[in-house]
Amino acid sequence: MTAVPLLEIRSLAKSFGGARALRGVDFELRAGEVHALLGENGAGKSTLIKIVTGAHQPDAGVIRVAGREVSGLDPSAARRLGIACIYQQPALFPDLSVAENIGLRLDPGHALRRVGWRKLREQAGDLLRKIGAAIDPESEVRALSMPEQQLVEIAGAVGTGARIVIMDEPTASLTQKEQHLLHAVVRDLRRDGVGIIYISHRLEEIFALADRVTVLRDGESTGTGAIGELTERELIRRMVGREVAQIYPPAERPPGGVVLATRAIGCAAGGVRDVSLEIRAGEILGLAGLVGAGRTELARVIFGLTPADSGAIELDGTPVTLRSPRDAVRHGIAYVPEDRRRHGVVLEMAVAENMTMAVHRKLFPGSWLRSAVEQTLAKNFVRDLAVKCAGPQAPAGSLSGGNQQKVSLARWLATKPRVLILDEPTQGVDIGAKAEIHRIIRRLAGEGLAVLLISSDLPEVLGMSDRIGVMRGGHLAGILPGGSDAHEVMALALGQTAKGAA
Amino acid sequence: MKKHFRELSVAAALIVMLAMLAVFAPAFFQPQPLLSLATREAPTLVVACGMALVIISRQIDISVGSQFSVCGVCAGLLAASGWPLAATLPAAVGAGALLGAVNGALIAGLGLPSIVVTLAMMVTLRQGLNLARQGQFVNLPDGVQWFGFSQSNGQGLIVGFALLLLFALALAMRHLAAGRFIHAIGSDAEAARLAGIRPRLGTFLVFVLMGALTGLAAMLNVVQSPQVQPLSGLGLELKVIAAVVVGGVAISGGRGNLWGAFAGLLLLACIGPALTHLRVEAYWEKAIQGAIILLAVVADGIRSRSGGHGQ
Repeated sequence: MTAVPLLEIRSLAKSFGGARALRGVDFELRAGEVHALLGENGAGKSTLIKIVTGAHQPDAGVIRVAGREVSGLDPSAARRLGIACIYQQPALFPDLSVAENIGLRLDPGHALRRVGWRKLREQAGDLLRKIGAAIDPESEVRALSMPEQQLVEIAGAVGTGARIVIMDEPTASLTQKEQHLLHAVVRDLRRDGVGIIYISHRLEEIFALADRVTVLRDGESTGTGAIGELTERELIRRMVGREVAQIYPPAERPPGGVVLATRAIGCAAGGVRDVSLEIRAGEILGLAGLVGAGRTELARVIFGLTPADSGAIELDGTPVTLRSPRDAVRHGIAYVPEDRRRHGVVLEMAVAENMTMAVHRKLFPGSWLRSAVEQTLAKNFVRDLAVKCAGPQAPAGSLSGGNQQKVSLARWLATKPRVLILDEPTQGVDIGAKAEIHRIIRRLAGEGLAVLLISSDLPEVLGMSDRIGVMRGGHLAGILPGGSDAHEVMALALGQTAKGAA
Repeated sequence: MKKHFRELSVAAALIVMLAMLAVFAPAFFQPQPLLSLATREAPTLVVACGMALVIISRQIDISVGSQFSVCGVCAGLLAASGWPLAATLPAAVGAGALLGAVNGALIAGLGLPSIVVTLAMMVTLRQGLNLARQGQFVNLPDGVQWFGFSQSNGQGLIVGFALLLLFALALAMRHLAAGRFIHAIGSDAEAARLAGIRPRLGTFLVFVLMGALTGLAAMLNVVQSPQVQPLSGLGLELKVIAAVVVGGVAISGGRGNLWGAFAGLLLLACIGPALTHLRVEAYWEKAIQGAIILLAVVADGIRSRSGGHGQ
């Protein structure tokens, strides 16, 4: 083991707008090691990777590659330095052959230069053999399975002589067997002296594969340790270790009867299986889990966007069929979607128009728009939810994130729902607006709504929920009582094994 | 004010041109030639109204020219075989609606890209018409031209009707929920779907309306002469799309209105006659029209780059 690390990062910082994604990260990768990078959703893993691969520029900090300081890293510079990244969803050209994909990666060539087809094929074949992948270089990438595509990416990375290989949740969608194959390739790379940054949420995998682990939390590194010195419990503690800093509004009264119940619902297309839960009037049921655990997918099933293909949904004890958003709206279910920037509000349209969008039929009989009615409704919501905007006629796109979220919320409250599904309601919202949205959610529950709160922000789920459902791999791993602590939630979300718990 | 900047700037360009004409070529404003110009452009206006809706819903229809030709020939043949105007007119509209429904079903139902579907429709209809008619004109019986009125009354009727339609559709777009749905679908179909709007149904109906308006426009064109040309709609799609885009309807969907499309059409339509009156060679017409279209597209590009809605 050389004294000079392959990659050394000191006090790396990066902000997006007002949000500080990284606030001083230290990281070190040695040749011939698998270094696992762990952290909750939003802890800064992706940002760190994007800086190392040159997609983002850091605000401050030092990056050294093989002892030499680099600045102004961009994607092509990163490539020249031997940094390669394999994403969970391989970034290949599906219509080109395996050989062409690898060839493009090794040397995009000159537009007018002849393509050496035979050389291209031989080269690709050699690389694939080298990593032990049985893939025909002439096959079209579109026809390959996900793990095969990852192997093509790895072959390309090896071919460029990458010394630093980053793998971002490479096994998230792989079967057990495919995982073992990939692990074997990773071990081969390690033996050849490549440094591998391995991101995964699967603790058992990290214990099986990694040499060292660095845990990120809130954009800071909480330290690096050799895998032999750490237990699963310790890792989880480092991931969630922060205190619940905010004060969350408490429930004012005990919840009423069950409003919404799902009985073993599943949806093959959405990857949701066998979820049974109940939400009572006035109750906030939090839904925690890692990204990809199936929380949004569950919400989409309940809202009829990807209808359930097994099980039953009951409202007030009566089975209902929810095959489209219109069905769901008719039954008093409202869904404020994740990613409001894209689909929560129509940015080009006015605040008032956005707020009435789901209630046209009720508000405007005969479909003739009545401006006065609309303005009154919009003004009331602007006041009740304290939406900061130039007025109901301002385009929704001119509002800040938190206020767009309120507009999206108002649209659904206008339908006078009984069940309110909130998907990441405070994502990308600043602290002040966040507390305000929390108060609104609690007030709505107090008015008798059954609330399903999906959030990746663990303190938020812990602080807001009366009960907490934890999802893992498309099913409900368990339901915890309110007041549970972060360890219990994370243990369920990660599927803690007996070995690590010891 | 800022919201309608684009529509207003097109209107301003139109006013500047008309003012120049008033000073340098007042003859342009003689009532009869002006009425003839308006009559010739009335069918285009009707098609442009439909096209504006199609583009606002983030689609395109390049088959309108061929649809126009087919509906015109159909109407001519029906009239020639003795159908009364009262039956021929709905038949032309119905034929257009049917063609629009085919487009709409393929685009909304199967999710195919509208540019490809309507390109196929354009070529199919045009070649089908060539095959069936071999370039023959349809001679119309008496009492069809100008709907059986005198020329000037007929012209007034056609222009008045087209303007009335523009008013009605503009009003509907502004005051009916359907108009808002079209904007929402064009801005963000997924957001619309999440809000309980049915984007596919909306898209389908927009294409049906586009076809019906094209059929109507074909009828307004048929009655202007004693014969029906087999390919009367050749190139109409480009003219109409240009007018709509110049009028500030965003090709990326969601934004724009019928008044802008109207102003865009007037601007492009007046250039030819204006050049004649200003004694500029007519060759310049296409060049100037092209420059205006380019200017409009560049203006849109700059606008979306500078981020009207803070991406």
